[in-house]
Amino acid sequence: MVYIVGVGLTNVGNHWNKSLRHLAVEASLKALESCNKNIDYIVVANALSGVVNGQENLGSYVATHLGKIGLPAVKIEAAGASGGAAVLLASSLVSSKMADRVLVVGVEKVTDYTALEDSNSALSTSIDSEYEAFHGGTLDAMHALVMRAYMWKYNVSKEEFSYLPLLMHENAVDTPHAQLRFKLKPESYSSSPVIAEPLTMLDLAPLGDGAAAVVLSKDAEGSNGNAEIVSSGQATDSISLYRRRDLTEMPSIRTAFKRAMENTNFKPDFYIIHDYSSIMGYIAVEELGLAERGKASRLFSSGEANRDGPVPINPEGGLKARGNPVGATGVYQVAEAYLQVTGRADGWQVKGAMSGLTLGIGGIGSNSVVHLVRGV
Amino acid sequence: MWAYWQSVPAHWREIPARYRLEGGRCMDCGYIMLPKEDICPVCGSKNIETVILPRKGKVLNYTVVWNALRGYEYYTPYVLAIIELEDGSRIMAQLTDISPSEAKKGMEVEMVLRKTKVSGESGIIAYSYKFRPVIR
Ligand SMILES: [Zn+2]
Repeated sequence: MVYIVGVGLTNVGNHWNKSLRHLAVEASLKALESCNKNIDYIVVANALSGVVNGQENLGSYVATHLGKIGLPAVKIEAAGASGGAAVLLASSLVSSKMADRVLVVGVEKVTDYTALEDSNSALSTSIDSEYEAFHGGTLDAMHALVMRAYMWKYNVSKEEFSYLPLLMHENAVDTPHAQLRFKLKPESYSSSPVIAEPLTMLDLAPLGDGAAAVVLSKDAEGSNGNAEIVSSGQATDSISLYRRRDLTEMPSIRTAFKRAMENTNFKPDFYIIHDYSSIMGYIAVEELGLAERGKASRLFSSGEANRDGPVPINPEGGLKARGNPVGATGVYQVAEAYLQVTGRADGWQVKGAMSGLTLGIGGIGSNSVVHLVRGV
Repeated sequence: MWAYWQSVPAHWREIPARYRLEGGRCMDCGYIMLPKEDICPVCGSKNIETVILPRKGKVLNYTVVWNALRGYEYYTPYVLAIIELEDGSRIMAQLTDISPSEAKKGMEVEMVLRKTKVSGESGIIAYSYKFRPVIR
């Protein structure tokens, strides 16, 4: 058994006055203080520190700034799935008895870039560098190609993609650590500028700085609530989008989900999914079996996905409005699931929620991680 | 500016694929790939022969990129497409010699060699395949 015994979050957004180390330390200290325990391993989740901050070796870097020189520590990278992968591997350190208590801290500092060309270049390291990015492919352009394929295959209009961003913004209003805490008007979606046709700005999650930390332990010993990681699953897909036969499917999601569900009859009360774009959010809920192929928009337009609906999706606002601190995002998801199942998501609580699923996705669906989290 | 952008050998190594569509065909499952790999990404076979891919194909999917990468600002907006070549293989490339509004699904295109990336004032100028509408 592996338990989450404490969490800590920074707000997601533009932290002009904080460096990578300040963010990592702030979230870590909050997590350590919330459970008041010592740790014997540090796992850092991050995607872009090498290209954006000129800093790698984040295990030693975080241990140093946390006053924990000497502890074993390492960085885990899997693009947008870094956070989920870090929690998965840290959890295996605990279950294999390599460690008693592990601090997992996800951190990303991306706003030092002010030009979009630079952040696009950084994000393009998550796709095929030599045969996609070399030809001018951005990560957003990959989402655009997937969106186009989906619109053609299922005869879906552009407006139907507005339901996810609208709901995410509505949810994030109540989430203290969210980046975009305001409601969106349907007409703002329609007039949003084109990033890569047919994808527009309001289809996309904003990039933000942020750090999230969770403490994992072999015992349910947290003094402020405990949650169990019931099981986890991970799967990859081709790094290159052009090699895939059907762009409207992301098999890594369903395989990671299937692997997590293998030996359990877990039934999530809510889902925290990786909506880097509205199209990725739609494909994610289809791969998780929550909507028929081509019909995901109804889940969001009908109210079913609302926080008080039968299938709450991203009660905190998702990447779209909580924000996307790339490599840290998956740790935010797990921390948010913990706050939900321990009844402490004050203002953004799914009523009575005892179990939740998190889904982190790297690149354009090329790496997916699912965790099943239950309050104990 | 990152090392792999400036590197001459990093581009040189890919020249067979980028200049003349030199790819591979898996002798076990038939998958045709660009570039040629040592292991078939579909079936895992190591039995791969070198083939030159056809220079003609059709546009399967495309996007017009308005928000480019560093080093591509000059071309913005540009059309990025997934192209199915005549042998059924697929590659990603820019369309050229057309205005973005002319791009469409099913469009017949052919390969040309064009300047693709300029890495700053002192960096290399990388050429590679792009595709233009077939001239009849
Ligand atoms: Zn093969």
